[in-house]
Amino acid sequence: MFRRQAGRYVATLAVDEVRVLRKVASEVVGLLTDGFDHSDPVVDRLFPAVYPEDSAGSAEFRRYTEGDLKTAKIDQAGAILAALPDEAGGEVRLDAEAAEAWLRALNDARLAMGVRLEIKDGTDLGEELDDAVAEDASSSRVFQLSVYAYLGYLQESLLNALID
Amino acid sequence: MGGMAAPQVAPVETPDTHEVPASDRQWVTIVWDDPVNLMTYVTWVFQKLFGYSRERAEQLMLDVHHKGRAVVSTGARERMEHDASQLHAYGLWATVDRS
Repeated sequence: MFRRQAGRYVATLAVDEVRVLRKVASEVVGLLTDGFDHSDPVVDRLFPAVYPEDSAGSAEFRRYTEGDLKTAKIDQAGAILAALPDEAGGEVRLDAEAAEAWLRALNDARLAMGVRLEIKDGTDLGEELDDAVAEDASSSRVFQLSVYAYLGYLQESLLNALID
Repeated sequence: MGGMAAPQVAPVETPDTHEVPASDRQWVTIVWDDPVNLMTYVTWVFQKLFGYSRERAEQLMLDVHHKGRAVVSTGARERMEHDASQLHAYGLWATVDRS
Protein backbone atom coordinates (compact mmCIF):
# COMPACT_ATOMS: atom_id res chain seq x y z
CA MET A 1 0.00 0.00 0.00
CA PHE A 2 1.04 3.61 -0.45
CA ARG A 3 3.52 5.37 1.80
CA ARG A 4 5.18 8.74 1.62
CA GLN A 5 8.85 8.72 0.79
CA ALA A 6 10.93 11.82 0.09
CA GLY A 7 7.97 13.79 -1.27
CA ARG A 8 6.75 10.90 -3.41
CA TYR A 9 3.91 8.44 -2.89
CA VAL A 10 5.26 4.97 -3.25
CA ALA A 11 3.68 1.52 -3.40
CA THR A 12 5.08 -1.85 -4.29
CA LEU A 13 2.61 -3.72 -6.44
CA ALA A 14 2.48 -7.43 -7.07
CA VAL A 15 2.02 -8.68 -10.58
CA ASP A 16 -1.71 -9.34 -10.02
CA GLU A 17 -2.25 -5.83 -8.73
CA VAL A 18 -0.58 -4.34 -11.77
CA ARG A 19 -2.77 -6.46 -14.04
CA VAL A 20 -5.94 -5.50 -12.23
CA LEU A 21 -5.12 -1.79 -12.24
CA ARG A 22 -4.23 -1.88 -15.93
CA LYS A 23 -7.49 -3.64 -16.66
CA VAL A 24 -9.76 -1.30 -14.69
CA ALA A 25 -8.04 1.88 -15.93
CA SER A 26 -8.30 0.63 -19.52
CA GLU A 27 -11.96 -0.18 -18.99
CA VAL A 28 -12.63 3.35 -17.77
CA VAL A 29 -10.90 4.76 -20.85
CA GLY A 30 -12.96 2.42 -23.04
CA LEU A 31 -16.14 3.52 -21.35
CA LEU A 32 -15.31 7.18 -21.96
CA THR A 33 -14.32 6.76 -25.59
CA ASP A 34 -15.80 4.04 -27.80
CA GLY A 35 -18.35 2.93 -25.25
CA PHE A 36 -19.67 6.38 -24.33
CA ASP A 37 -23.43 6.14 -24.02
CA HIS A 38 -25.66 8.23 -21.79
CA SER A 39 -28.17 5.44 -21.41
CA ASP A 40 -25.47 3.44 -19.58
CA PRO A 41 -26.08 3.95 -15.83
CA VAL A 42 -22.31 4.14 -15.26
CA VAL A 43 -22.00 7.07 -17.66
CA ASP A 44 -25.03 8.61 -15.98
CA ARG A 45 -23.27 8.35 -12.60
CA LEU A 46 -19.95 9.75 -13.85
CA PHE A 47 -21.72 12.60 -15.69
CA PRO A 48 -24.73 13.37 -13.50
CA ALA A 49 -27.54 15.66 -14.65
CA VAL A 50 -26.77 18.98 -12.99
CA TYR A 51 -30.46 20.00 -12.95
CA PRO A 52 -32.34 16.81 -12.06
CA GLU A 53 -35.70 18.38 -12.89
CA ASP A 54 -34.66 20.34 -15.93
CA SER A 55 -33.45 18.13 -18.73
CA ALA A 56 -33.01 21.05 -21.14
CA GLY A 57 -30.86 22.90 -18.58
CA SER A 58 -28.86 19.76 -17.93
CA ALA A 59 -28.31 19.20 -21.63
CA GLU A 60 -27.16 22.79 -22.04
CA PHE A 61 -24.70 22.36 -19.16
CA ARG A 62 -23.41 19.15 -20.73
CA ARG A 63 -22.91 20.86 -24.05
CA TYR A 64 -20.42 23.22 -22.41
CA THR A 65 -18.75 20.99 -19.85
CA GLU A 66 -18.90 17.40 -20.96
CA GLY A 67 -15.97 17.52 -23.38
CA ASP A 68 -13.59 18.85 -20.74
CA LEU A 69 -14.90 16.51 -18.09
CA LYS A 70 -14.47 13.52 -20.35
CA THR A 71 -10.92 14.57 -21.25
CA ALA A 72 -10.08 15.04 -17.56
CA LYS A 73 -11.39 11.58 -16.72
CA ILE A 74 -9.52 9.95 -19.60
CA ASP A 75 -6.33 11.76 -18.53
CA GLN A 76 -6.64 10.66 -14.93
CA ALA A 77 -7.17 7.02 -15.94
CA GLY A 78 -4.17 7.52 -18.22
CA ALA A 79 -2.13 8.64 -15.21
CA ILE A 80 -2.65 5.17 -13.72
CA LEU A 81 -1.59 3.44 -16.92
CA ALA A 82 1.45 5.70 -17.29
CA ALA A 83 2.78 5.05 -13.79
CA LEU A 84 2.28 1.28 -13.62
CA PRO A 85 5.39 -0.87 -13.72
CA ASP A 86 5.57 -3.50 -16.44
CA GLU A 87 3.73 -6.78 -16.14
CA ALA A 88 6.21 -8.19 -13.65
CA GLY A 89 5.06 -5.92 -10.85
CA GLY A 90 7.22 -3.47 -8.94
CA GLU A 91 7.23 0.01 -7.59
CA VAL A 92 4.88 2.88 -8.36
CA ARG A 93 6.25 6.34 -7.52
CA LEU A 94 3.89 9.28 -7.81
CA ASP A 95 4.46 13.00 -7.39
CA ALA A 96 1.66 15.04 -5.81
CA GLU A 97 -0.04 15.75 -9.13
CA ALA A 98 0.01 12.12 -10.25
CA ALA A 99 -1.18 11.03 -6.81
CA GLU A 100 -4.25 13.24 -7.13
CA ALA A 101 -4.95 11.97 -10.62
CA TRP A 102 -4.73 8.42 -9.26
CA LEU A 103 -7.17 9.25 -6.47
CA ARG A 104 -9.73 10.61 -8.92
CA ALA A 105 -9.20 7.75 -11.35
CA LEU A 106 -9.48 5.09 -8.65
CA ASN A 107 -12.68 6.78 -7.58
CA ASP A 108 -14.08 6.71 -11.15
CA ALA A 109 -13.24 3.02 -11.43
CA ARG A 110 -14.93 2.30 -8.09
CA LEU A 111 -18.02 4.31 -9.11
CA ALA A 112 -18.26 2.34 -12.35
CA MET A 113 -17.88 -0.99 -10.55
CA GLY A 114 -20.23 0.10 -7.77
CA VAL A 115 -23.00 0.71 -10.29
CA ARG A 116 -22.43 -2.64 -12.04
CA LEU A 117 -22.23 -4.52 -8.72
CA GLU A 118 -25.28 -2.67 -7.42
CA ILE A 119 -23.52 -1.48 -4.29
CA LYS A 120 -26.06 0.28 -2.05
CA ASP A 121 -25.85 2.33 1.10
CA GLY A 122 -25.25 -0.15 3.86
CA THR A 123 -23.95 -2.88 1.56
CA ASP A 124 -21.55 -4.96 3.65
CA LEU A 125 -18.79 -5.85 1.26
CA GLY A 126 -17.56 -8.78 3.37
CA GLU A 127 -21.03 -10.33 3.50
CA GLU A 128 -21.58 -9.68 -0.18
CA LEU A 129 -18.33 -11.46 -0.97
CA ASP A 130 -19.11 -14.41 1.34
CA ASP A 131 -22.49 -14.86 -0.35
CA ALA A 132 -20.94 -14.70 -3.80
CA VAL A 133 -18.24 -17.22 -2.83
CA ALA A 134 -20.85 -19.57 -1.35
CA GLU A 135 -22.77 -19.43 -4.59
CA ASP A 136 -19.84 -19.90 -6.94
CA ALA A 137 -16.28 -19.15 -5.87
CA SER A 138 -15.10 -18.92 -9.47
CA SER A 139 -17.81 -16.48 -10.59
CA SER A 140 -17.11 -13.13 -12.16
CA ARG A 141 -19.00 -11.47 -9.29
CA VAL A 142 -16.49 -12.82 -6.76
CA PHE A 143 -13.65 -11.43 -8.84
CA GLN A 144 -15.37 -8.06 -9.38
CA LEU A 145 -16.22 -7.67 -5.69
CA SER A 146 -12.62 -8.44 -4.72
CA VAL A 147 -11.32 -5.90 -7.20
CA TYR A 148 -13.80 -3.32 -5.94
CA ALA A 149 -12.66 -3.90 -2.35
CA TYR A 150 -9.01 -3.77 -3.38
CA LEU A 151 -9.47 -0.43 -5.19
CA GLY A 152 -11.07 0.98 -2.03
CA TYR A 153 -8.09 -0.08 0.10
CA LEU A 154 -5.66 1.33 -2.42
CA GLN A 155 -7.51 4.63 -2.69
CA GLU A 156 -7.73 4.97 1.07
CA SER A 157 -4.04 4.20 1.56
CA LEU A 158 -3.04 6.77 -1.07
CA LEU A 159 -5.34 9.33 0.51
CA ASN A 160 -3.87 8.69 3.96
CA ALA A 161 -0.34 9.03 2.59
CA LEU A 162 -1.37 12.32 0.97
CA ILE A 163 -3.06 13.77 4.05
CA ASP A 164 -0.41 12.72 6.59
CA MET B 1 -73.77 65.15 1.15
CA GLY B 2 -73.34 63.98 4.57
CA GLY B 3 -70.51 62.37 6.18
CA MET B 4 -66.95 62.68 5.53
CA ALA B 5 -65.39 61.36 2.54
CA ALA B 6 -63.16 58.60 3.43
CA PRO B 7 -59.67 59.62 2.73
CA GLN B 8 -58.79 58.15 -0.49
CA VAL B 9 -56.10 55.65 -0.20
CA ALA B 10 -54.67 54.93 -3.49
CA PRO B 11 -53.77 51.36 -3.91
CA VAL B 12 -50.09 51.58 -4.10
CA GLU B 13 -48.51 49.51 -6.72
CA THR B 14 -45.60 47.87 -5.18
CA PRO B 15 -42.95 46.98 -7.60
CA ASP B 16 -40.41 45.62 -5.21
CA THR B 17 -37.41 47.72 -6.01
CA HIS B 18 -35.30 45.47 -3.86
CA GLU B 19 -36.02 42.44 -5.92
CA VAL B 20 -32.81 40.90 -7.10
CA PRO B 21 -32.59 40.34 -10.84
CA ALA B 22 -32.96 36.69 -11.75
CA SER B 23 -29.39 36.52 -12.94
CA ASP B 24 -28.03 37.58 -9.52
CA ARG B 25 -30.32 35.43 -7.44
CA GLN B 26 -28.56 32.97 -5.20
CA TRP B 27 -27.98 29.45 -6.36
CA VAL B 28 -26.56 26.51 -4.50
CA THR B 29 -24.44 23.49 -5.29
CA ILE B 30 -25.71 20.34 -3.61
CA VAL B 31 -23.76 17.15 -3.03
CA TRP B 32 -25.80 13.95 -2.66
CA ASP B 33 -24.98 10.86 -0.68
CA ASP B 34 -23.77 7.89 -2.64
CA PRO B 35 -22.80 4.42 -1.50
CA VAL B 36 -19.36 4.29 -3.13
CA ASN B 37 -17.38 7.41 -2.27
CA LEU B 38 -15.18 7.04 0.80
CA MET B 39 -15.90 9.46 3.65
CA THR B 40 -12.26 10.50 3.88
CA TYR B 41 -12.19 11.13 0.15
CA VAL B 42 -15.30 13.32 0.21
CA THR B 43 -13.82 15.36 3.09
CA TRP B 44 -10.57 15.76 1.21
CA VAL B 45 -12.39 16.92 -1.96
CA PHE B 46 -14.29 19.61 0.00
CA GLN B 47 -11.05 20.90 1.49
CA LYS B 48 -9.27 20.77 -1.83
CA LEU B 49 -11.95 22.43 -3.97
CA PHE B 50 -13.38 24.97 -1.57
CA GLY B 51 -10.47 25.57 0.78
CA TYR B 52 -12.67 24.59 3.74
CA SER B 53 -11.05 23.71 7.06
CA ARG B 54 -10.84 20.05 7.97
CA GLU B 55 -13.63 20.59 10.54
CA ARG B 56 -16.00 22.29 8.13
CA ALA B 57 -15.29 19.78 5.37
CA GLU B 58 -15.90 16.90 7.76
CA GLN B 59 -19.17 18.42 8.97
CA LEU B 60 -20.37 18.81 5.37
CA MET B 61 -19.35 15.24 4.59
CA LEU B 62 -21.31 14.02 7.62
CA ASP B 63 -24.34 16.07 6.54
CA VAL B 64 -24.17 14.42 3.12
CA HIS B 65 -23.82 11.03 4.74
CA HIS B 66 -26.57 11.35 7.36
CA LYS B 67 -29.04 13.70 5.70
CA GLY B 68 -28.56 12.46 2.19
CA ARG B 69 -27.44 15.83 0.84
CA ALA B 70 -25.71 19.07 1.78
CA VAL B 71 -25.29 22.51 0.28
CA VAL B 72 -21.57 22.90 -0.30
CA SER B 73 -21.45 26.31 -1.97
CA THR B 74 -23.71 29.29 -2.63
CA GLY B 75 -23.52 32.06 -5.23
CA ALA B 76 -24.22 33.01 -8.82
CA ARG B 77 -25.53 30.33 -11.13
CA GLU B 78 -22.46 30.21 -13.36
CA ARG B 79 -20.24 29.84 -10.33
CA MET B 80 -22.35 26.95 -9.03
CA GLU B 81 -22.23 25.23 -12.40
CA HIS B 82 -18.46 25.55 -12.29
CA ASP B 83 -18.38 24.03 -8.79
CA ALA B 84 -20.65 21.18 -9.86
CA SER B 85 -18.50 20.35 -12.84
CA GLN B 86 -15.38 20.35 -10.63
CA LEU B 87 -17.13 18.02 -8.19
CA HIS B 88 -18.06 15.76 -11.11
CA ALA B 89 -14.38 15.57 -12.07
CA TYR B 90 -13.76 14.19 -8.56
CA GLY B 91 -16.67 11.79 -8.93
CA LEU B 92 -19.00 13.41 -6.43
CA TRP B 93 -22.69 13.51 -7.27
CA ALA B 94 -23.41 17.25 -7.46
CA THR B 95 -26.41 19.21 -8.70
CA VAL B 96 -27.31 22.92 -8.89
CA ASP B 97 -30.52 24.48 -7.61
CA ARG B 98 -32.04 27.80 -6.57
CA SER B 99 -31.33 28.56 -2.95
